[in-house]
Amino acid sequence: MKTEKTKEAKKGVLKRIAGPVVTAVNLDAHMYDVVKVGKEALMGEVIKIQGDNTIIQVYEDTSGIRPGEPVINTGLSLSVELGPGLLTSIYDGIQRPLAVLVEKMGNFIERGVTAPGLSHTKKWTFKPLVKAGDKIEPGSILGEVQETNIVHRVMLPPNVKAGVVKTIRSGDFTIDEIICILEDGREYPMIQRWPVRVPRPVREKKNPTIPLITGQRILDGLFPIAKGGTAAIPGPFGSGKTVTQQQLAKWSDAEIVVYIGCGERGNEMTEVLTEFPSLEDPKSGKPLMERTVLIANTSNMPVAAREASVYTGITIAEYFRDMGYDVSLMADSTSRWAEAMREISSRLEEMPGEEGYPAYLAARLSEFYERAGLVETLNGASGSVSVIGAVSPPGGDFSEPVTQNTLRIVKVFWALDAKLSQRRHFPAINWLNSYSLYLDALHDWYDKEVSPDWNKIRSWAMEVLQKEAELQEIVQLVGSDALPESEQVTIEVARMIREIFLQQNAYDAVDTFCDMKKQYDMLKAIKLFADFAYAAQIAGVSPSQIIAVKAKNELPQIKFIKDYKPELAKIEKEMDAEFNTLRSAA
Amino acid sequence: MKEYRTITKIAGPLVFVEKTEPIAYQELVNVVLSDGTIKRGQVLDTSDELVVVQIFETTTGIGRDSGVRFTGETIKMPVGHEMLGRILSGGGKPIDGGPEIVPEKRLDITGAAINPYARGMPADFIQTGISTIDGTNTLVRGQKLPIFSAAGLPHNNVALQIARQAKVPGSTENFAVVFAAMGITKEEANYFMQDFERTGALERAVVFLNLADDPAVERIITPRLALTTAEYLAFELGMHVLVILTDMTNYCEALRQIGAAREEVPGRRGYPGYMYTDLACIYERAGMIKGKKGSVTQIPILTMPGDDITHPIPDLTGYITEGQIVVSRELHRKGIYPPINVLPSLSRLMNLGIGKGHTREDHKKVSDQMYAGYAEGNDLRGLVAIVGKDALSERDRLLLEFADLFENRFVRQGYDEDRTIEDTLNLGWEILSTLPVEQLTRIDRDLINKYHPKFRAGAKKE
Repeated sequence: MKTEKTKEAKKGVLKRIAGPVVTAVNLDAHMYDVVKVGKEALMGEVIKIQGDNTIIQVYEDTSGIRPGEPVINTGLSLSVELGPGLLTSIYDGIQRPLAVLVEKMGNFIERGVTAPGLSHTKKWTFKPLVKAGDKIEPGSILGEVQETNIVHRVMLPPNVKAGVVKTIRSGDFTIDEIICILEDGREYPMIQRWPVRVPRPVREKKNPTIPLITGQRILDGLFPIAKGGTAAIPGPFGSGKTVTQQQLAKWSDAEIVVYIGCGERGNEMTEVLTEFPSLEDPKSGKPLMERTVLIANTSNMPVAAREASVYTGITIAEYFRDMGYDVSLMADSTSRWAEAMREISSRLEEMPGEEGYPAYLAARLSEFYERAGLVETLNGASGSVSVIGAVSPPGGDFSEPVTQNTLRIVKVFWALDAKLSQRRHFPAINWLNSYSLYLDALHDWYDKEVSPDWNKIRSWAMEVLQKEAELQEIVQLVGSDALPESEQVTIEVARMIREIFLQQNAYDAVDTFCDMKKQYDMLKAIKLFADFAYAAQIAGVSPSQIIAVKAKNELPQIKFIKDYKPELAKIEKEMDAEFNTLRSAA
Repeated sequence: MKEYRTITKIAGPLVFVEKTEPIAYQELVNVVLSDGTIKRGQVLDTSDELVVVQIFETTTGIGRDSGVRFTGETIKMPVGHEMLGRILSGGGKPIDGGPEIVPEKRLDITGAAINPYARGMPADFIQTGISTIDGTNTLVRGQKLPIFSAAGLPHNNVALQIARQAKVPGSTENFAVVFAAMGITKEEANYFMQDFERTGALERAVVFLNLADDPAVERIITPRLALTTAEYLAFELGMHVLVILTDMTNYCEALRQIGAAREEVPGRRGYPGYMYTDLACIYERAGMIKGKKGSVTQIPILTMPGDDITHPIPDLTGYITEGQIVVSRELHRKGIYPPINVLPSLSRLMNLGIGKGHTREDHKKVSDQMYAGYAEGNDLRGLVAIVGKDALSERDRLLLEFADLFENRFVRQGYDEDRTIEDTLNLGWEILSTLPVEQLTRIDRDLINKYHPKFRAGAKKE
């Protein structure tokens, strides 16, 4: 009798349909329960309960659904499947593998088709790392699977009790087969499920001290992000957000990359999909795709699934972090995510906050970014999730709510600038507006790993750029000839920093990735020129003669040369010689 | 079919019907007037008590006594290869005096999203014969590249020139043009039609016309009809389809009108909060599909209210489309046609369609160098106005001249002038050669030696 009643309560009836938000009655539901809507069993999630009305956001198109159709509560919250098979996958916002969807329903995304996030038939070779009698804790590593070139560490789920291993199996298993039985009779397969809106627990959050090396000079050199840090890239359309995000996904030295295309362009996702498998990781030499999980919920796919995509992505990132990996997560774009929230909020007829965004926008954003971090995992390993979110402010106006609320949380700000992109200065990151709050935390690392004078050279470059900005204001009024001679030299040096060091060609085979050593050598060569130039100017050489020094014209070419050292040495020598001649003539 | 006479409220384009059986969301509705005329509409909101219907035409003549028939299906349109050469209304009815379309298939006009995994990567360079597009903002097959214009600028000419000249060099595949007009004047429509007829393009075209005096709400479905047709031609019949949508600003106004009638919470400047998603569902219907021959390339045209590129319509469009071609009033005033300002213009897919094997190996770098030179030269114009030309350094003076040269030689061309990509790139080199070689920092030495007129000429002499 009792069971029958609960069964009855799990089934409700649709009352109203207006776009992606529908109302059901007679449904016993809890907030964020996943429900199946209508005859076609479309997937939805409970987002509001009001009297007898249950309000549901539906992850698929609701055209053709009628009042009176059934709604079934699964009683589960929106969860992702975690286990071997995640890497190289491409999912929609609710972890349906897009490749499987193509097989099931053709080239267009139809609805009512479910597909599990992981393959339940594929066998993986599981190698145990614990033995019978071992005491294991939540999060303990049970064994390994060679998933791609990445080792997938199979863990005890974080939300269960500790126990003692009774049996552990070795061999080929599907993700559903039991690989571990505990003394108390509990059984575990390789797969675990985790609700996406709940952060996975860790032992301790730590302060980051190591930079995430991206191979992009302006980022690593001037505004670094730490492993486990957070960064925002706001910029108007066409300023290069997506290219920057993709460069980070390609070249950052994280071990795992999760890339979320949230409400963005279909063709761009295709570009990522086509390009990544053919690109090589500069460190391992293996295809970049082997360390990547892609989530693609393009702008014309259902808006509720777009809202969920960001959570799906970060949960997967946390799962790999728990194995002890450094994970970087790119969300392109968080503005589309915020707009999805706004759209759903307005359909709920909630009281709007600033610019129509819901009042909980700031809370949602900070909850999301706070899931980043360098942590000690439950099993004692060190892992990190770095989050880099693109922001697309309307009209390029940084004072709008999404940008402002994001800036209050993130530590690194890479300000994209339409003016720079218009003159094809790429990456179009404005060096005056951008900042990184990790400089102090990373100081020691640069000292040790790059060069003891790196931090000094970096500050010098920033000073020159700052000085140039001031001088440019004067130049705008009176022309460059009216400047004092030493400042004409400064303008030239600043130009070199901009054009040689800051500009980087993402499409050039060599220049697309620049390691720290080369960054140091390049900046140092510019500094060398500056030192020569100021010395020469004091010795009486005119600025126009200094600007005419031929050897420096070869410096930009260094960017495109892989084995640049001999050429750079040659240029530095020629520079020295030319300045010697100038000085002796003066 | 059951007919309801339970209309309780009519507000603008919306009709509220009570006490119905369960009605499907987005269902097609026929409203029968007392004189027998039928008006079509679509369900926007459905519940046990009330159904909200959006009428595509005017609600003139609809009253409490009108009958409402729910058809039980969502809006489908008949499509077939016979549509080529036909002129249809914004609601999809033939208005050229010809017979009804014989349907080969009936398709849902909302159109499903292409699975990103099934998309083919756009990589075929489309030569439009316009240097500012081919050279610096290259269009590729499957791209959506809007023209951002403003009142009084010759965007229609630019669109027509593209439609007329667009081709993939060396390819003779089947192509078609789908033209959808939303709220443009009869005069403008005539202009397009005459040009289509003059050049014989009409027989390869399907035209949808919603004119300025046609019901505004009909504009909501016009682009959807056009894109459904385009997808059919492309993915079922294997054609390469160029879709021109003009004017998207009118479409967005219609969207706002409905939002206001529904008393929705408005977003920026009164446009509905879901406008991004709505526009995306139109613009994203461009692309290619792996294993299929055809492609849909979109050129939407929009007029920026008050020349303001940050207005919600161009702004949201720019975030969805793969770049934009910006038509500039300043260049137009200087008498330069086509007045395309390359600085704010962009083609995001350019890099996929250019370079070795597509156009020429030097393409990207020549383009970047011209951009850098023009941007700097353009900035210097402001300075010259204050300090005069004499105060400029030699380097700056050359850049200033380069900017003028760029506008007069590279940008300016005839309405019927069809430049090949070779012509465009060579022209680029020609104007770049007025700058000292060491100033060409964007181009590597090998390419300079190969293509720079000075070195090319020198090589020939030897």
